[in-house]
Parts: sequence; structure tokens; C-alpha cells
Amino acid sequence: MSRVQYNMALSGQPPQELTVAQKVFVFVGMLGLLVFLLATFNFQFPNKTLWLSLSLGAISVGTIGFSWSLYANKSSGIKNDGVWFKSLTSRGLWAWVFGILITLFYVVLYFFPQYLGLNADAENTGLIALFDPLSKMLSGNPASQWFVYGTLYTLSILLFGIKFIWKYRHSRYEIIRTISVMFFQTAFAFIIPELMARLNGESLQLPYYDLKNIWPLNYYNFEQYRIDGFLNSGTIGLALLIFGVISIFVITPILTYKYGKRWYCSWVCGCGGLAETAGDPFRHLSDKRQVAWKVERWIVHSVVVFVTLMTTAVIYSYLDYDAAKYWLNKDVFLGFVALLLTLVFGWAMLFRREELQKDAQYGAIGYFVIILGLIGIHFFFGNQLFLFQAETLRKTYAFLIGSVFSGVIGVGFYPIFGSRVWCRFGCPMAAILGFQQRLFSKFRISTNGGQCISCGNCSIYCEMGIDVRSYAQKGQNIVRSSCVGCGICAEVCPRGVLKLENDSPNGRINPKDVLLGNDVDLMNYVNQK
Amino acid sequence: MSHVVIIGNGIAGITAARHIRKFSDKKITVISAETEYFFSRTALMYVFMGHMKLEHTQPYENWFWEKNRIELKQAYIDEVDFKNKALFSVEGEEITYDQLILATGSVTNFRGWKGQELKGVQGLVSKQDLELLEENSANLTHAVIVGGGLIGVELAEMLHTRNIEVTMLVRENHFWGSVLPAEEGKLISDHIQQHGINLLFETELDEIIPDENKHVKAITTKDRKQIDCQLVGVATGVKPNISFLKNTELETEIGILVNRNLETNIPDVYAIGDCAQQREAIGNRKSVEAVWYTGRMMGEAVAQTICGNPAAYNPGNWFNSAKFFDIEYQTYGWVFPKKKEGVTDFYWEDKKNQRALHFQYKTNSKEFLGINAFGIRLRHEVVDTWLTEKISIENVIQQLPKANFDKEFSKKFSKQVQKSFQQSQLQKA
Repeated sequence: MSRVQYNMALSGQPPQELTVAQKVFVFVGMLGLLVFLLATFNFQFPNKTLWLSLSLGAISVGTIGFSWSLYANKSSGIKNDGVWFKSLTSRGLWAWVFGILITLFYVVLYFFPQYLGLNADAENTGLIALFDPLSKMLSGNPASQWFVYGTLYTLSILLFGIKFIWKYRHSRYEIIRTISVMFFQTAFAFIIPELMARLNGESLQLPYYDLKNIWPLNYYNFEQYRIDGFLNSGTIGLALLIFGVISIFVITPILTYKYGKRWYCSWVCGCGGLAETAGDPFRHLSDKRQVAWKVERWIVHSVVVFVTLMTTAVIYSYLDYDAAKYWLNKDVFLGFVALLLTLVFGWAMLFRREELQKDAQYGAIGYFVIILGLIGIHFFFGNQLFLFQAETLRKTYAFLIGSVFSGVIGVGFYPIFGSRVWCRFGCPMAAILGFQQRLFSKFRISTNGGQCISCGNCSIYCEMGIDVRSYAQKGQNIVRSSCVGCGICAEVCPRGVLKLENDSPNGRINPKDVLLGNDVDLMNYVNQK
Repeated sequence: MSHVVIIGNGIAGITAARHIRKFSDKKITVISAETEYFFSRTALMYVFMGHMKLEHTQPYENWFWEKNRIELKQAYIDEVDFKNKALFSVEGEEITYDQLILATGSVTNFRGWKGQELKGVQGLVSKQDLELLEENSANLTHAVIVGGGLIGVELAEMLHTRNIEVTMLVRENHFWGSVLPAEEGKLISDHIQQHGINLLFETELDEIIPDENKHVKAITTKDRKQIDCQLVGVATGVKPNISFLKNTELETEIGILVNRNLETNIPDVYAIGDCAQQREAIGNRKSVEAVWYTGRMMGEAVAQTICGNPAAYNPGNWFNSAKFFDIEYQTYGWVFPKKKEGVTDFYWEDKKNQRALHFQYKTNSKEFLGINAFGIRLRHEVVDTWLTEKISIENVIQQLPKANFDKEFSKKFSKQVQKSFQQSQLQKA
């Protein structure tokens, strides 16, 4: 490397010593974490309620205080100074240390919960036991590793949400959006399901249900034990089951048509909520290369196919067992799946063909033929549906996608690959919403005439790795299936070029160069090819 | 196959190259001394502030050029033989061309101050300037910036992020007085001062004083004040980068003289972007326009001409934009900084939220002439139509909500502006 590059990387450091206040807040926050550490190693705290409160309190004070000292005394505006100089946010040593620690935490959480103090047929010990009082207060049951995780997850979204609001306090869109994710996480993902568990008893056997989690994100929603639970819980159970189905087929398409997939991905979703708050300092690390976009399309749509096959196989496997409960029989169900897929495929191919890339067309045809082929083989030859045991498919999906991809890689690798790796490459829900957003929605990011100066801030700070600049500098609107509508491109743009908006579908996609301020005749020539 | 050589890989040269490729099969070579790949010079400040890395300022990935058969060459051309259609690099290499596009951009306009050659005196135009600034800011505690304009405020913001004390010398009595009317000049001046920058109005640089190592030690102003500093940032504008073309048969003045088709006085030689000077200025535009989008448009136009479809550089309504620390600025049409005969002003300011709109219109016909927006984003398409259709100021004020391009949920402004406009009309009547 030339001397200059070296210089740019090393001496190019802004003053970044911590202030006294910041040191104090880091210390307080660390004390809170120390309590967790001690609990994990089975230090017996005399009064768990008190120590849990102290610990969560110290973490909150530390995080909020630190955010306050970072932003409160600065004028409102973009706060990206030194992002690429800091070790933590530019894949330096701290990024790796932090990334490895979170990854290890996820590995323990998913695969070795006994180290956190989960004991089969015995009382909780360790860290999980520390959370027992809170869990008993909410649901009446002792804590599990998932309760500990849920509490910390919600706390992260709340604390880093406050930090985010401070950072973007000049923007009402960002403030409202962040309050929304904080609310949905706290109420829908954390408190309501715990309270629902409290209601369970003889007549009510509701499964744990985060109402805002929609299939295929909650790929397990239609597994037999849950269906049984719903059906054994009277009207409430039935209502919840129906809600689960219409949220996929009715609510989701309507909202996505009106507002784009952002209504879910950056306003409601818990994965998105964490990415937008705790993950915000890492948003610029997403890969912007065209090859990454290609890989993204193949992987994420393959996950959709996988989850469709898996869910179909799982539901199929338990139909017919209890004819009284399930009026739907195996053949009707398969026929319904085939019909639905054919309708979606046919619609896209007939009416939206021009908007699909070549590889998207090939991929869609390929997958469509495979799925219908498998269903056909089953009909005519009576083989195992989809050649695998439903249970094998389910376990594989739960392990590979549900645990490793969304948790270990999705969050553990925040400081390396950016905050939306899971949402971009793995989330089947995001892919389905994206399909709707790209082909059937009023949402777009409008480009403002000829004002773009190609600076690249929009592309760098896009957490989904969209090369926003490549559209803006041509005067094109940005209509991409992966866009989650976080709005940060419009924030960091220094020239007022970008605006997220819902408007008439006509003229939403403008594939030709339309740069205003130019000679109209010239533009006609330019657009001839 | 004819060979088009483009000197300069900025927005003008690169746009020309891309469009020539789109419309022809010619061999294309782009020569630059500054960098191998096209990057956005407008983003240099963000690299210094740590918002992005230098490679992020490149709008196209590196494979793009080979795929589109645009050859990139890093060389410094210091001699042109127009008769034999040949270029010579400093290293002595000879490159021949069939058609030549000069897109050499700008250099800092040093105004001949005593001491301007000292170490620690620099502008901010090129990648090399940025590297120099990196070096110069290593042990820097106080910087003086000469000139209150776009590059000046960028430099101030950049140095400010490294906790360097900054003093700006501004010739007028408010910031960017050559472009901004007094009202918004005051608004922006206040904002810059709020960020802790010292603004010295009606102050000009007299002399730069060296230390024993020929490095800047201090400056004196024309009113004989001495200010200690280790860096002098020169932000008194830019000028065409054409020194290597002097003493050739190419006609130059401030820049390379071109007609509306961007042709120079020599056949097959064209000039575009910052280095070109229109023989006759277009409308109210300057004859030399150092603006991002005009470079792009000239690149588009010259590509048409070279591909056999002669096209004039024919810019539409004037527009531009910038950002001063946290306040965004957009302008459409013409808003004159000094009071002008037959032109009426309407100025609206929302002090609390640091927003302002400045309209100008013809006093007699009420025809809308232009608007400056601060802290407000306006929809280019809408304002452009207003200007083209020459609608009246009343209609503009009435249709203002249509032009709102602010982010969703932003505080609206149209009603306040409409009310304020009605009051101003009543006062006049």
C-alpha cells in the first residue's frame, strides 16, 4: 500500500478519547453485566429480584447515559463522523471481539442452554434463575433461556432505540418509526405472549404467540402442536389461528401495497427492530457489490422455497389423522397449495414479466416446475411427499435457517457484515414482502430530478446493500424488493435528492434516464438506446 | 475504428465516455493523473470526516470499465501536438487520438498572495489535496480559511470534526455574499458560528507568514490583524486546469473557449466540464460553470456530437444545491443576491427550525423568477415546471404544497408561507 493510504487509515483519526462522563457510564453498564456474569457462574445472589433490578437498571443507565453524552450536547443533524475510523465500526479488533462474543452467546443460547442454567426436571440455576422473579411476575412460570433472551432483546431495542432517537432527532420519520418498533417489541413480542401464557389452563392451551410474527417468519406456526393448541382453546384459539392465516394472505398484501414492506420490516418486525437500533452503528458494513445482490436473490428466494416445502410437508403429515378436527384432507390441501403457487406464478409471469430480471424468470420457472413436479410425483406414484420426511425437513429448517442463519450469523456477525444480513439474505418473510413491494405497491424512493452529485452517502449507509446512488445519479426512482424503508438514505443525502413516499403506481418505475434541467431533445436522444 | 481520447476522469469526462460507448463502437481511452478510477470529488469531505472510505466515492465498480471497453490510463499529459493529434505524458509516452475531449477540471485559484507557496497553504479540489490535508492536519491546532463559499464551509466542517479551531475570512458582510442575499447569508452565518467557527466578515487575506521551516506560522489580514495558524485553506474559488495548454494554438481565455456544441477552435478537439468556457454565456449562467451536473450534461451533449448527431449544450433552468453543516440548501431559477431593478423579493423564515424560503419575481408581471430553500427540500420537477411555464408568484405560493419534497412526517411549511405572503401583499397595498 502506498504511504498515503496508510496515512488515511491510521493518522486519519478524529479525537475519540472518552470523556469523564462516558467513562463513568461505561463503568456503570459494565457493573450490570458483571452481575450476569457472576450469576452465570452460579454466584448465589441473596435477593434475586433486587439484583436483577439493579443489574438491568445499571445497564440501562450506562447505555442511556452514554448516548446522552454522545449526542445531547451536539446540534441535531447527521452524526457519522469517524464511523470508518473507529475500530468497532470499521471491522477492526473491537468489531471482531464483539462479533465473536455475541456469536458464542448465540451458540450457547441455542445449543447449550444448560450452561446458562437450564436444568431438565429441576429448578433453574445460574443466569436463567436470576430471571425467574421477572418471569413469574409476568407469566407465572419460571424463566427459560428464551425468556432471558427475550428480556435482553427487548431491553436492547428499547435502550438503543433511545440512542437512535437521540442520534436522528432532527427527523420525525425516524423518531416515529423507532417508537413503533420499540412498542411492537415490548408489547407484542414480550409482554402479551407472557400474559397469554398466564391465561392458559384447562380450557385454554394457547401456544406462545407473538402476534406480529407472521408465517413464514414464524415457520413453526402451523405445526401440529400449535394447531392443536389453537383448536383446543375455543373461540380465542380459533380467532388466533384465523388471524395467523389472514395475516399472510390478506393483511400483509394490503399493507405492503399501500406502504411498501417497510410497514413490517422497519416499523414492526423484531429482527428489523434490533437491526435498526442496536445494529444501527453497523449499517454501513453491508456489501454493496453487484455480485452480492445476485447472491442475495438466489439465497433468499431459495429459503422461501425451502420454507414453503417444509410447511406444506409438515401440515400434510398431520392432516387426516383426526378427521373431526381437520376437515381439510391431504389431497385437498395439496391441491390448494398447487393452485395458489400456480396463480402467483402465472400472475407474475403474465403481468409482471418485464420487471423480472432474466435470472429471476429462470429461477421462478425452475422452482415452480420442481414444486409442482414433486406434488405430481406424489399424486401419481404415492411416494414420500417431497422425498423427505416432513420431520427431517422441519428439523433441518429449524436448525439451519431458524437458529444458525437468523441468530448466530444474523446477529452475531453485525460488526462484520452489517446489521441486516439475515433480513437480506435469509428472511423468507422479507422475500415475500419484497416480491409484493417490487411488483405490486405504491411505495418507492423518489429521486429528485438532477440534484444528485454521486457522493455515495446513500449507498454506504444502506443497510440492505442497495446501491442507491446507481439509481439516483440517473434520476431513477428506487424500487427494489429488498428496501426496508428505514429512510436513512434520505437522511444522509446532503442534497435533498431522496424521498420515501407512497404515490400512484403509475410512473413509479422509470427505467430511462430522466435528469431534469437538461435539454429535452438531448434527453430524447440519450434515451433512444 | 476511431480513437476517442478523453483527458480527465471527472463527471464530465466519464459521462462522455459512457455515452460514447452507448452509441458507438469507438475505441475510448480516459486519461487521468489524479486517480485510476472515477470517483466523486464532491465526496472528498466525507472521506476526511470518516463517513466513508475513498473507494466508496467510486460510483462504478472496478469491473465496469473493462466490461464496457473503456480503457483507463493513469498518466500526466503535459504536452499536446494538435497538428499530429498526439499527446505526450510526463514520462514521455506518446498517445495518438482521432478525437480529443478535454475534461481537465479545475484547480484552486490562488490569488497571488505573498507566502502562498508555503507548506501548509492548500485548496481542496483533488484527491491529492485531500492527502495533503491529512498530512497538514496532523499537528494542527488552528486553521484559517480564506473565502466564504462552498469549499470554505466544507473545509471548516471537515477540520471541525478533528477539533481544530477554524477561523474563516469572509470578504462580504455575510457568508457567501456573491450568491446569497443578505437574509439567508445571515441565517447561514449564524448557523456556522453556532458550530464554533470564527467568522471574520469584511476581512481579506494580506500575507502569509512563514516559520523557519517555510511552513505557515500566521497570516495577516488587510486590516493588519495577525492570526496565528498552521494551515491556510484557500477557498477563494477554482479556475480551469489548462496551464499545460497555454502557448498552443488552442484558444483559451479563463478556460478553453468553446461554442454551444462544445467544439474548440481546433477540429476534432472538444472541451467540457469545469475547464470549458462558453464564448457567449448562456442566459444568466457564468461562461465557466464549475458545477457537477453541468459537467454531466456537457458530457452527454459532446457524446452525441462525436457519435454523429451534433448536439448543443443546452442547459435548462438553473438549479443547484449544497449543505452548510446541518442546513441543506437548494436553489431553482435565479435569486439575485443584490437588489435588482424590477425584481421583488418575498422572504420567509422559520427561525426556530432554521428554515427559510426566498422567492424573487418580476415586480410588474409577477412572473416567478427563482427560489432559495434552506432546511426545506423542494421537488425539482415541480419548480422546474413553474419556471418553464413562467407562472405568477401567486400561483407558486398557492401550489407550494406540491413542491414539498421533505421527508414524510416533516413539519409542513406551506400554510405559514402562504399566510406570510398574504400579509406582505397587504402591507404593500
